[in-house]
Amino acid sequence: MVKAMGKIKDNGLIQDEPLIFEQGGEGRKGYSLPEWDVEELEAKQFIPLHLLREGLDGFPQLSEIDVVRHFTRLSQWNYGIDSGFYPLGSCTMKYNPKINEEAARMKGFASIHPYQPESLVQGILRLMYELEGYLAEITGMDHVTLQPAAGAHGELTGMMMIRAFFEGRGEKRRRALVPDTAHGTNCSTSAVASYQMTEIKSNERGVISPRKVAEQMDENVAAIMVTNPNTLGLFEEHLPEIAEIVHSKGGFVYCDGANLNALMGIAKLGDLGVDMVHLNLHKTFSTPHGGGGPGSGPLAVKKELSPFLPIPVIEKEEGGYRFNDNRPRSIGRMKAFYGNFGVILRAYAYLLSMGAEGLKRASEMAVLNANYLMMGLKGSYYLPYDRPCMHECVFTDRYQEKHHVSTLDIAKRLIDYGYHPPTIYFPLVVKGALMMEPTETESKEGIDRFIETMIVIAKEAEENPDLLRQAPRKVKVRRLDEVMAARKPKLKWTGDREDNNQ
Amino acid sequence: MEDYLRYIPHTEEDVRKMLQAIGVKRVEDLFETIPAEFRLSRPLNLPGPLSEPNLLRHLQGLESQRPPHFLGGGAYQHHIPAVVSHLASRSEFYTAYTPYQAEISQGTLQAVFEFQTLMCQLTGMEVSNGSMYDGASSLAEAVLMAHRITRRKKVLVSQAIHPEYRKVIQTYIDPEEQEILLIPYQKGEGRTDEDVLVKSLDQEVSAVVVQNPNFFGVVEDLQTIAERVHQEGGLMIAGFNEAIAYGILRSPGALGADIVAGEGQSLGIPLSFGGPYLGIFTTREQFIRNMPGRLVGETVDLEGKRGFVLTLAAREQHIRREKATSNICTNEGLCALMATIFLSCIGKHGLRELALMNLSKAEYAKKAASRIGGCRVAFSSPTFNEFVLEVDGAPEKILERMRTEGLLGGLDLSRFYPELDHHLVVTVTEMNTKEEIDHWAEALEKVLNPPLSPFSKGG
Repeated sequence: MVKAMGKIKDNGLIQDEPLIFEQGGEGRKGYSLPEWDVEELEAKQFIPLHLLREGLDGFPQLSEIDVVRHFTRLSQWNYGIDSGFYPLGSCTMKYNPKINEEAARMKGFASIHPYQPESLVQGILRLMYELEGYLAEITGMDHVTLQPAAGAHGELTGMMMIRAFFEGRGEKRRRALVPDTAHGTNCSTSAVASYQMTEIKSNERGVISPRKVAEQMDENVAAIMVTNPNTLGLFEEHLPEIAEIVHSKGGFVYCDGANLNALMGIAKLGDLGVDMVHLNLHKTFSTPHGGGGPGSGPLAVKKELSPFLPIPVIEKEEGGYRFNDNRPRSIGRMKAFYGNFGVILRAYAYLLSMGAEGLKRASEMAVLNANYLMMGLKGSYYLPYDRPCMHECVFTDRYQEKHHVSTLDIAKRLIDYGYHPPTIYFPLVVKGALMMEPTETESKEGIDRFIETMIVIAKEAEENPDLLRQAPRKVKVRRLDEVMAARKPKLKWTGDREDNNQ
Repeated sequence: MEDYLRYIPHTEEDVRKMLQAIGVKRVEDLFETIPAEFRLSRPLNLPGPLSEPNLLRHLQGLESQRPPHFLGGGAYQHHIPAVVSHLASRSEFYTAYTPYQAEISQGTLQAVFEFQTLMCQLTGMEVSNGSMYDGASSLAEAVLMAHRITRRKKVLVSQAIHPEYRKVIQTYIDPEEQEILLIPYQKGEGRTDEDVLVKSLDQEVSAVVVQNPNFFGVVEDLQTIAERVHQEGGLMIAGFNEAIAYGILRSPGALGADIVAGEGQSLGIPLSFGGPYLGIFTTREQFIRNMPGRLVGETVDLEGKRGFVLTLAAREQHIRREKATSNICTNEGLCALMATIFLSCIGKHGLRELALMNLSKAEYAKKAASRIGGCRVAFSSPTFNEFVLEVDGAPEKILERMRTEGLLGGLDLSRFYPELDHHLVVTVTEMNTKEEIDHWAEALEKVLNPPLSPFSKGG
């Protein structure tokens, strides 16, 4: 007899779904292995007993439909670009074309082993070689490596190369200059690569002034790490002059290219004096972010730095493409194999679909959308830098503060209206930042609706601030206790029994 | 032409209205902050735009052939259940960003929490992060973490770990802070040489890095090594390439590992020419605050309902900035999801059976090889699903000739170990049918012992 245990809830389509470990039962099966066509052996015939395990305690036992429903329900609690507008600043959440997904699943790419002989993977090598060339053209650089697995990995690669450059000349430059409008990873990257960081304050116009850089620049500075356009969405208009100052003391200009979506076909970073720049294929070049990766962070460099690129590099010779490992001045390897090829392939497909004119149009419409959004919200939210922006704009909660409503409340209220919130509390140079990046794939109507919603929320902040403070309400879970999560970390399911996994 | 407009919805009328609202005349006016001399006057030199059908045709021209193969070495062909790709293709998962806004990211967050649990169970450790870039960078981060914990300079690295991982560790460490000492493998056995290792151990050693199974497919005895390094106050870092092995092998945690860092590609992630893969990173609870990478924790919402959030961010780059434990930010979230789905399907008994099948098939191939003249199994130690074969002749040539027989017979070891210049690593998984293995053995026989023809000079 089934008895009601008080756990049945009428949540409609927002279904409750227990953890995978809290379902199924002994003997239930969700897999299908190939037939045993060789003799089934016992492990202990070959491997000493003390190196063998007894079992996999706690591992799930489910049938296929259990698994399918579990992850389908989980997916329904998520919000992706395909669900709606995702104005997450500096993350360039543009539409991820479906044809690129199909391309990545083509058997002649997806099933290829990385150690297949070069003669059998010429098409793949050509694809990578060509993409390197296209990215060099877009950024105005000489050489590109596709090896880094993400933006921060590209940064680390670049800063290690700069270090190798100076060490090769017997110099020990240990300082890096990082503006306060650069991305958060820049500081930690310079620390991981063993540099001491000096922060450069941006000026009242939200950009770096050459004078501030000149004050800090000396022969112990290896590089300045700028983000252009910066995290306020502003173009670093003095960059060429700053580059000259840095170059005059023998330093390099590293650019975080996460915000390249404003500049494709408009200006080349190389022309502005940048010596190396990493790109985020999972931002500018439309590859999906996957809910936290995989990304891809190619690094483009000027000739002078090419010898230090990670190995292997792809070379084109008579008769075909090949990997070259023999690069004595290289920093070495940053990962196994050659980079996140599945991501690289999607970006290649995107680039060919867009062509030069498509990419330029993308940058133009991205900047048009951001400025349009900025104009639409100007009266309702405080705009700390009131000047034309590039691909993103930054507002703050200053007007809402007097109603005791914060940026966090505004962000959470947006969820009730069916939007993904903007990036919040970043950049740090403005208090209570709301950083919005609409990207070019959003239509005018879509942005109009978002503006309208934001205006409604600003009104609610005055008239009924609790609506914001209590938000979100129409979701799977309400605001979560992050303090408790950090104070008493529970990072895995432990079930009822003691953990006993030998 | 202009098919790219399918990704950009603006009509000319939209653009006109928007420009008007902004108060500028032309789109170009929006870029006035860029000094005029730096604005491009010519279009970029790029191919395209291509229509969707043409793009597909072009890509089909670049696809690689896929002969049956016996390749491994850190990337393995395993069956990926249809469920994995179908569920991971749900765009609510794959078109989402990192779950910064927990209330609308519970799907990703719960899945990562489940992933963390599975990784703890698989490796026998107490905490797992949400993933790293790949096995190699994960292992390198483990070496950096051991240094943060112990502040000791030396790292003993087994020569039998994946040679590319070794290179990545070399790149990651700061030579002024850390120094790598290579520990050789025992010539006849292919296992890390414990005697040399023990002799090299002292109070300056922060960690010992051993991979299990190692690059030769050999099962290492982590327990003995862990005991010795702990006696000197150092840490045991266990790496791995082939996660399926842990369906039968005792977990590194149970054998005394302090940090486990390896590659999860085998858990439902396509080969995809080397990436994206899945870096796994687990450790003991006491080291939690020294860990790199994202962590998901369980908590409750204001109504007391269970929910999940990114937590312990105080270790991370966006809070600690230059004092962060790592600069990693975007990791391999979707690959972690795929591994979670894979393990949910394969389950407790499936993983064990799969591992046994890999072992059994590799042993079958080993046996077949042992009957062939001109080659022998190089190492006497137990192996999992790959083994080293010593061949009479240049491996490059032998592999090339096997290729004309229609298969890729293994991996030439000499490119990684100059001294192993007559050696192949042969990998056999559940995907290699008996028929295929028999064909492999026949091809090997034919290449090593060509049938005498009236024209051949023999030998």
